[in-house]
Amino acid sequence: MDFEIEVNNRKITAHQGETILSALHRNGIQVPTLCHMENFTPTGACRMCMVEVEGKSDLIPACSHPVEEWMKLKTHSPRVVKARKTIVELLLANHPDDCLFCVRNNNCELQTLAAELNVRERRFPGKKEKHKIDPSSTSIFRDPEKCILCGRCVRVCEETIGVSTVDFIGRGHSTIIGPTFNKSLNLSNCINCGQCIRACPTGALHEKSHFPELQEALHNPDIQVVVQYSPSIPVTLAEEFGMKAGKDINGILNGILRKIGFDKIFDTAFAADLYTVELAAELQQRIDSDEQLPLFTSDCPGWVKYVEQFRQNLLPNISHCKSPQQMMGTLIKQHYAKEAGISPDKIYSVSLMPCTAKKFEAQREEMTHKGISEVDAVLTTRELAAFIKLNGIDVSDIETEFSDKPYGEKSSAGKIYGVSGGVTESVMRTLYYKNMGRELTPKKVKKARGSKGQREGSLKMKNLELHYAIINGMGHAKELLDEIEKGESKYHFIEVMACPGGCVNGGGQPIDSRKEDIKARGKELYKIDDQSSINRAHRNPHLDSLYENLLEAPRSEISSRLLHTTYKKRDVLP
Amino acid sequence: MDNPLDRILKQYPNTRRDNLLPLLQDIHDSLGYLSEESIIKVSQHLSLPSSKVYGVATFFDQFHFEPQAHFVIRICSGTSCHLSGSAEIMDEFKKTLNIRPGQTTRDGVFRLEEVPCLGACGLSPIVEVNGESHTGFSVQQIADLVEACKENVA
Repeated sequence: MDFEIEVNNRKITAHQGETILSALHRNGIQVPTLCHMENFTPTGACRMCMVEVEGKSDLIPACSHPVEEWMKLKTHSPRVVKARKTIVELLLANHPDDCLFCVRNNNCELQTLAAELNVRERRFPGKKEKHKIDPSSTSIFRDPEKCILCGRCVRVCEETIGVSTVDFIGRGHSTIIGPTFNKSLNLSNCINCGQCIRACPTGALHEKSHFPELQEALHNPDIQVVVQYSPSIPVTLAEEFGMKAGKDINGILNGILRKIGFDKIFDTAFAADLYTVELAAELQQRIDSDEQLPLFTSDCPGWVKYVEQFRQNLLPNISHCKSPQQMMGTLIKQHYAKEAGISPDKIYSVSLMPCTAKKFEAQREEMTHKGISEVDAVLTTRELAAFIKLNGIDVSDIETEFSDKPYGEKSSAGKIYGVSGGVTESVMRTLYYKNMGRELTPKKVKKARGSKGQREGSLKMKNLELHYAIINGMGHAKELLDEIEKGESKYHFIEVMACPGGCVNGGGQPIDSRKEDIKARGKELYKIDDQSSINRAHRNPHLDSLYENLLEAPRSEISSRLLHTTYKKRDVLP
Repeated sequence: MDNPLDRILKQYPNTRRDNLLPLLQDIHDSLGYLSEESIIKVSQHLSLPSSKVYGVATFFDQFHFEPQAHFVIRICSGTSCHLSGSAEIMDEFKKTLNIRPGQTTRDGVFRLEEVPCLGACGLSPIVEVNGESHTGFSVQQIADLVEACKENVA
């Protein structure tokens, strides 16, 4: 039911049962927030969204108060603005004064609010709390002194990811946010997804960076620097330079990377094609022998770590295929190096990923060969943008270029790996062809697409009806995994992406990504797939020659040795 | 073998999350503090993330996370006790036990606390040992008190 309420002396329409904040936002009235997150349980922690309600003596928080028919509100009265300003001043009283040195300078919600509310003097010279930084994680750097206790990381970790690594510890002014026993992140049950970084309004959480090593390598004449980029990087990067969301700048990205000085540019989507072919063969084998089904995907390192920690009896069900990033890393250090006549230790392998868990994956001991990492450095989308600026590249003045052979060509089926459901769709296309000897037409696997947290579908091939499911965001995994652990599952194949929406919404993506932006990135990937003439992994001609020259066949002895991996149980706190 | 922790957990066959606080209280009563092991076992028992259990437990002052001393010595620093020399008493305790208020001796025997008022100003200065008041206390009594406590532990 709709009704009218009065806001700032004008009537607006509100829906029964919604919060005041939602009614205000829908009617274009902006009220600042710090702790609020769309579609999350409101907590009313920060009090930034306070509004004045006629007839009430106290200000009320718009984010957690339902709108009522009789309401007359003031959203920017002197009293409200003063209250908001005081809150920001109090937060700043205990905040390090190091904006100029902060990773979130010019991209910080607290800084923006202080500017918007015209905070121009230090009214409260509070005592600054001293807390230790936590640099222990391979992916996420924690600086509790910059934490304003909004609780967004706590909620995203609990509600979106279903892990709950961090929570509030203590109470009152001595409250902090941290993992159990306030131990460091590397000892916690964090799966390194990085969604907390995207949720953080300040610089309290950010990714671990490797700029200096990369700069060194780029300027070392004895080292060849080889770069790969994930399918979602070219459809996201434009946003970091003020262009519209979902614009594909693949060619420009190649030009940028060459200008910075990368020696070879490869496309991780090529490795995604390789992954599809290997994974389809593994799935076929498991179906034929009816063993260890369902088969889970292994390309999301957050998901893999989750299973290693919390669902150890499902470990045999995870595909043995290395992720596309690591497959590419292996090819670079072992195949490309040989072909180009370079010693693997003279190659610095960099990967550009929308993900912070990829940083963790790259340093797993299974991902090294004779002490040499397959991937030496992983940069997130955000870091890539910063690195481009650091190198003084003007992105508006770059010619489009092609990536390098032999791993630069991809099918568009490898490209859609960037979006939840993409792996499933690509594997179904290839598996269908292998079984039926003809292509799946239309190529679109409709039930694999969409934004629902859990999706499912089936594919008929000869006598087999193959059932697949897609878990889109780890928060939606629990029920299905419980069923599978009990042995009550009809599925043959399950794709899991830790981040809802898949890599286009990864923890390494731009901080201020809006829902529409994430959607636009996914849409662009599907558009690329629609327009591409090579849209099935097994149709990638460069893959054929790779099998001919090196790998022999999917799951051959050599391909297993190079491209497959193992997992281990990790004992962490519950 | 049953350890006290498992025995307490067994008394809570219902694993709903509203059992969290009673469980923590029972464990605290029995062990005198909440060990890391107890937090972990409670998390597993109630299927709650350990960060949540630790978060709830640290919210309440009633819970301690380190083994408690055999003897908690509270020295009143209220106005009346202060005028009767409680500061010197505190200094002497600090010297004798080699700890500061809020700390526990390494052998776990003594803990020193400074408290604002024990509500018996007429009998100042007051030193409380495990809840038992020693009124009109003087610096000279410290050595004997400490000795007596040590013997009691041995």
